[in-house]
Amino acid sequence: MSSELTRLTAVELAEKIHSREVSAVEVARAHLDRIAEVDGQVHAFLHVAEDAALASATLVDESLAVGTPPASPLAGVPLALKDVFTTIDMPTTAGSKILEGWRPPYDATVAARLRAAGITILGKTNMDEFAMGSSTEHSAYGTTHNPWDLARVPGGSGGGSAAALAAYEAPLAIGTDTGGSIRQPAAFTGTVGVKPTYGGVSRYGLIACASSLDQGGPCARTVLDAALLHEVIGGYDPLDSTSIDAPVPSVVAAVREGARGDLSGLRVGIVRELGGEGYQPGVRASFEQATAQLEKLGAELVEVSCPHFEYGLAAYYLILPSEVSSNLARFDAMRYGLRVPGAGSAEEVMAATREAGFGAEVKRRIILGTYALSSGYYDAYYGQAQKVRTLISRDFAAAFSQADVLVSPATPTTAFPIGDKIDDPLAMYLNDLATIPTNLAGTAALSVPSGLAADDSVVGLPVGLQIMAPALGEAVMYRVAAAYEASRPFPSAPEVSP
Amino acid sequence: MTTPVLVAYDEVVERFDPMLGLEVHVELNTHTKMFCGCPTAFGGEPNTQVCPTCLGLPGSLPVVNRTAVESAMRIGLALNCEIAPWCRFARKNYFYPDMPKNFQTSQYDEPIAFDGYLDVTLDDGTVVRVGIERAHMEEDTGKSLHVGGATGRIHGAEYSLLDYNRAGVPLIEIVTKMIPDTGARAPEVARAYVTALRDLVKSLGVSDVRMDQGSMRCDVNLSLAPKGSGALGTRTETKNVNSLRSVERAVRYEMTRQAAVLDAGEAIVQETRHFEEQSGTTRAGRRKETSEDYRYFPEPDLVPIAPSREWVDELRATLPERPWVRRARLQQEWSLTDEELRDLVNAGALELIEATVAAGAPAGEARSWWVSYLAQQANVREVPLEELPITPGAVARVIALVASGQLTTALARQAVDGVLAGEGTPDQVVAARGLAVVSDEGELVAAVDAALAAQPDVVEKIRGGKVAAAGAIVGAVMKATRGKADAKRVRELVLERCS
Repeated sequence: MSSELTRLTAVELAEKIHSREVSAVEVARAHLDRIAEVDGQVHAFLHVAEDAALASATLVDESLAVGTPPASPLAGVPLALKDVFTTIDMPTTAGSKILEGWRPPYDATVAARLRAAGITILGKTNMDEFAMGSSTEHSAYGTTHNPWDLARVPGGSGGGSAAALAAYEAPLAIGTDTGGSIRQPAAFTGTVGVKPTYGGVSRYGLIACASSLDQGGPCARTVLDAALLHEVIGGYDPLDSTSIDAPVPSVVAAVREGARGDLSGLRVGIVRELGGEGYQPGVRASFEQATAQLEKLGAELVEVSCPHFEYGLAAYYLILPSEVSSNLARFDAMRYGLRVPGAGSAEEVMAATREAGFGAEVKRRIILGTYALSSGYYDAYYGQAQKVRTLISRDFAAAFSQADVLVSPATPTTAFPIGDKIDDPLAMYLNDLATIPTNLAGTAALSVPSGLAADDSVVGLPVGLQIMAPALGEAVMYRVAAAYEASRPFPSAPEVSP
Repeated sequence: MTTPVLVAYDEVVERFDPMLGLEVHVELNTHTKMFCGCPTAFGGEPNTQVCPTCLGLPGSLPVVNRTAVESAMRIGLALNCEIAPWCRFARKNYFYPDMPKNFQTSQYDEPIAFDGYLDVTLDDGTVVRVGIERAHMEEDTGKSLHVGGATGRIHGAEYSLLDYNRAGVPLIEIVTKMIPDTGARAPEVARAYVTALRDLVKSLGVSDVRMDQGSMRCDVNLSLAPKGSGALGTRTETKNVNSLRSVERAVRYEMTRQAAVLDAGEAIVQETRHFEEQSGTTRAGRRKETSEDYRYFPEPDLVPIAPSREWVDELRATLPERPWVRRARLQQEWSLTDEELRDLVNAGALELIEATVAAGAPAGEARSWWVSYLAQQANVREVPLEELPITPGAVARVIALVASGQLTTALARQAVDGVLAGEGTPDQVVAARGLAVVSDEGELVAAVDAALAAQPDVVEKIRGGKVAAAGAIVGAVMKATRGKADAKRVRELVLERCS
């Protein structure tokens, strides 16, 4: 029974819980058992909140027992929360040693909304330190393993959330996407990951990597589950000044429409600059099949050009480190988190703590950003990068005048072996080639599984199809994803043998 | 560097032109902080007015205080500034333990108000126009208390305590353009400017502008140029200038110190200096190495501020009468000499008198109460006049009671004492202390007759034409009625009965 429950989608679980066929506690228990069974190998979780999860599920059951309608369509369904959101009842580390054991005194808005929706938070998932990385190898707490092949990375930074889904440890998860940290892990693990429009989901309580790029979003195994979660966490938050004061796009309705499989009249733009050189042949083949499939569903394929995308990576690696260098200045041992004692002055304590508490990748980016913002270099680096950002936004605007959505492979390759790129930052950064432009422009995009690339291993590894939409254009993006998903069933993740 | 022998002030101004600039920080009196909902009240227990945002906890985000933005714009408008149609906050990055995020959210190259001026009148009536470069919004830091060590500074301290109650309190920084051609009057101009700015901001009601409490803080930027050269020298920035008098002293001291350094053939070091209240000198503080690099960049957690024309015009309409305009008007209305007016202003009595007059008291009486008896009481209690626990309305009521003959001046003082002691309103004090004048004529006549009967010799003297002797009888009657009789009426009765 337990293992069967973990195979169900969030929608199926919600239906069983709300009809009281199974209890929320049973569902939570099944997933906690699954975590206990496989997480020793996957290492998706940094913290499992068994008591809190069961207590939360009990409340849902009690409420349903007295006839109260469920707090949301997902009430009672378990979820894995990326450890970058503050939680009042669980430690929050952002994958960094500098926050080891920190207990936030407040809940992130996303966490608060999950709780209000009756969703059971199972625990906090692993990630690259402060969301900097594409493999979770930069976590201070060990690497997460890809359930498809435990010797491979699950992507990053949200590898923990994606692996938890693929390993059936949770049917829902939350990630954050600064340059691809939701979509790239989704592609690597054969799951669905959505990066909403910037400002669509509150950043309050999301420990900042790069403020102008970070965006929380839903992760799931199906497009419908992601849409349901999207509507729970999305929407205006007065505590986040960059939050958009507009209704959440009706993505669930869009998914139901898309699932009927008719995309006629819809224009799908293929971005010429995303998908050529540097993309693994199996990824390209999968992408071609996917676009052919969209055409079959009635969509019109058009080729669009976004000439400034080629500068995206360079601009991103100036803007992100600049903001990081400032955002991470607060970790100074004075108020919370790690403190390396023994040193004399406050300045020495700060320096010693930051030296011991930050990993190599974080330090690399702090140094890059400090340099890029320095007087005399600002215009050449940060200033130029902001101009590129504007040009990329214009590219998107032009492309969206020709197409309703844009598509590309979500990543240039499938999941790579652990250790393969850890010493080659540039190779690692290339993972986000196709995802970064969306973050720079503040638009929306998702990754939906598009089959397996057979050229990489015997079983084949998952490939993600990226679907991009204009700001607040989530509905059409979900519609296309749902139509595609419905027409092309994707093999479920392999059993992780205990 | 050895301390050079100072150059005599007269000699300094003979050979050098002082180049003066002032940066004033004004702490706004909004109820909540610049970027969160925490209270701003002064003097709370350490770290009781804090939240995730003003503590800079991971994940927290700022939200701009609308009232603070309005206050900033009103200050800008009062200083004849342009209001930016679009501006942003920026991060000023540097590490210091009393700054929770290790960056200060401030404004950099896009201030909300810029390019204005303030006309400042010196004691002799000379008007100096001080150019205003900018007025921008920022957040205050927390406070450090360095314990142990001799200096109270972070270096040498055994440990430091941090109080973040002040962290995030809204500040407006007002920066002047360089004030040229002040010559020997530079110290006076500096003081007059800060005074005028204080009065102006106070009239807007947006800050307490108390230099002693730190709600107004002044940094003095000063350099010297060889007389007539027009060259720009290396400047120092003197902080910790915490009173109007100190502003003047700091400018004067820096002029004499810098002249001495230059005379010794040495270069002025570009640095932050601290004013020492005790000695009236400045000492070197943080060294500004190649002008500290704060790595400013636009604050990505906040959206730009774009005040509409309508909003700006609305705020412009709320600007009160300028303090100096009001002063001129009151001087005329109350027929004051320049000196009398200045005394009232310096005593901080102007607003109080005006409010007392507004509450119905004649100007002369209102002035008299505030500058004499109440000023004495403030002095005894060692508080500023405005902090005496009595309202202008209460003072006006006391004046009215005297005018209607219900209180004598002596009784009125007792009534005021009662109010100051927290015994209630003037009427409550009069009732509780039984201060009302004996107005029953029969009772008074009886008291006068009793006093006359007790001192027949005095009666004889009065009858013999020595009218002054009546004082003794009046005194006896006042004593008998415990001061509650109207002495003037008693005197009349005495003379009447003796005629």
